[in-house]
Amino acid sequence: MKQEFPKGEIKIIRGRSFVIKGDDIDTDRIIPARFLKCVSFSALGEQVFADDREELKGNHPFDLDQNKGANILVVNDNFGCGSSREHAPQALMRWGIRLIVGESFAEIFFGNCLALGIPCITTSKQEINKLQNLVNKNPCQIWDFNLKELSISNQKEILKLNLEEGAHKMLFSGKWDATSQLLDEEERIQSTFKNLPYLNNFK
Amino acid sequence: MSSGTLYDKVWNLHQVKELPGGSTQLFVGLHLIHEVTSPQAFSALREKNLGVKFPNLTVATVDHIVPTSNQQRPFSDPLAEEMLSTLEKNCKNHGIKFHGIGSNSQGIVHVIAPELGLTQPGMTVACGDSHTSTHGAFGAIAFGIGTSQVRDVLASQSLAMKKLKVRRIWVEGSLGEGVYAKDLILHIIRLLGVKGGVGFAYEFAGPAIEKLSMEGRMTICNMAIEGGARCGYINPDKTTFEYLRGREFSPKGQAWDKAINWWKSLVSDSEAKFDDEIQLDGSSIEPTVTWGITPGQGISIKEKIPNPEMLPENEQQIAKDACKYMNLEPDQPIEGTSIDVCFIGSCTNGRLSDLQEASEIVKGHTVATGIRAFVVPGSQKVSKEAKKKGIDKIFLTAGFEWREPGCSMCLAMNPDKLEGRQISASSSNRNFKGRQGSANGRTLLMSPAMVAAAAINGKVTDVRKLLQE
Repeated sequence: MKQEFPKGEIKIIRGRSFVIKGDDIDTDRIIPARFLKCVSFSALGEQVFADDREELKGNHPFDLDQNKGANILVVNDNFGCGSSREHAPQALMRWGIRLIVGESFAEIFFGNCLALGIPCITTSKQEINKLQNLVNKNPCQIWDFNLKELSISNQKEILKLNLEEGAHKMLFSGKWDATSQLLDEEERIQSTFKNLPYLNNFK
Repeated sequence: MSSGTLYDKVWNLHQVKELPGGSTQLFVGLHLIHEVTSPQAFSALREKNLGVKFPNLTVATVDHIVPTSNQQRPFSDPLAEEMLSTLEKNCKNHGIKFHGIGSNSQGIVHVIAPELGLTQPGMTVACGDSHTSTHGAFGAIAFGIGTSQVRDVLASQSLAMKKLKVRRIWVEGSLGEGVYAKDLILHIIRLLGVKGGVGFAYEFAGPAIEKLSMEGRMTICNMAIEGGARCGYINPDKTTFEYLRGREFSPKGQAWDKAINWWKSLVSDSEAKFDDEIQLDGSSIEPTVTWGITPGQGISIKEKIPNPEMLPENEQQIAKDACKYMNLEPDQPIEGTSIDVCFIGSCTNGRLSDLQEASEIVKGHTVATGIRAFVVPGSQKVSKEAKKKGIDKIFLTAGFEWREPGCSMCLAMNPDKLEGRQISASSSNRNFKGRQGSANGRTLLMSPAMVAAAAINGKVTDVRKLLQE
């Protein structure tokens, strides 16, 4: 089946959720370097967390039957640190992840996810613990993420979340794919170029 | 909000437009590309029917996947060959300068751009690689980007970015003998943590920083990202200008004098405002080694591996994971830890002075029995210079292997890998689980001189003991 990737306005995300526990999970773990030997991202979905999964022999959250088809990931602190490889969010997206909720995210990873239309939303350590417990207690429950309200709920519980204004606006308006917006500014790009001493022989 | 810093001045000059929601469209003065993070960006351009706006502002090389023992084409790994030939095609189709295998200027992207004089003060430098922060050593704003942003820079020579806060890290004093830039940055990351720099650019300043060579400064800025700071920089000064003088792409003649004046004007003002300031004493720093699975898990050579129970609560879990993964006992000294493999190279420590410092330790010694030790110069130019000085011979005589330039075992995308549970002493930048090519391989980060000392003794060694001999 052909996957639908995020497109346009990202206002509501609905689905099942699961937990990847631990601080400082780096992008080498999300997608080990040997899988970067590719000229297309298409195969990465199957390789997400390859080494961690190998070690757990079928018991890794990305392998459990109950998590098949889930699209919301709940993580801890400084998720996605290390290498700038977009292969990491690409792998998560191609596996099926559409939203990541965590205590905090590494900066480049956050930006890479945003460029794919995958919101990385934060809340406090306490709230993440609570959310992870709720998710683990009942992996089958459906969660509703609402970007406008910045909340996630399972009908009974509702948790408030945080997202910086810029990313919020980009997702809400569907303008998270920056290319066309950047190209709109042809004249200003040229005038910035002409004003830079080092690109104009220091005149 | 910071003001009057180099970061503010360079940022303002490159601002194309304020975008809705507080981010900025920022012009990129120098765009560096390599084979791993660019092919999908070129594909995306093709899909969108877009060209490369300023082909002469993008420069390419090949580094991550190149074999270091035999660089004959085609490479024996067909995937590596495909990545290289894809990059060659993309560069040719779009008129981008490519420093390829056999060009005498190929090497790790963060080594070749400075040595060619491409990286200069006051630029914005972007590259699909987190260690782009290296170029900040020249007083540039340099940062890593993902592939979607590589596409954006190719298409528009600009990208959407949020302005960072600026933290000044002031280092007093000077580094002691046997203590190098690598020790200083490992110490800083230990102090501020691996996410302490998220949302910040780090300005490294103070007497200890000013005394560093350009190569030492590059080591410092290179690892800013390991402390969470996407961008690290050092104000340009005489050391910077002397390094740049006469390089292939440095300004020449009248332009050189004008350039120096402009570069001087970019330095952070004496009354500049920083969002945060930190001060430390460089003289008190000891050779530093990581023991764990994040670059923040470093200790001085004289310390013992920490007991997770004794650490602050938020560090305990990751410290427990680290002890288990590394199979190292808490409360044991790090000095004397047996190692299997020694790697000298990478964009952090693969430059001429790194190899020189390590060779001074190696001279007159031999690699301990059972240790695999190898040196991977950061670029063709580094390799050539080292050979001219006889540095290769010193390593070869001692029992090291001397390889061709590339990223090699820093991330093991080529045939250079740890095997099984092997543990390495490595001059690279990341000790993450599985980083060096074996899913359960282990990495101890340290300076090149410390790696050399470890190779000679077969175990983690205080390099100062060898310097005293």
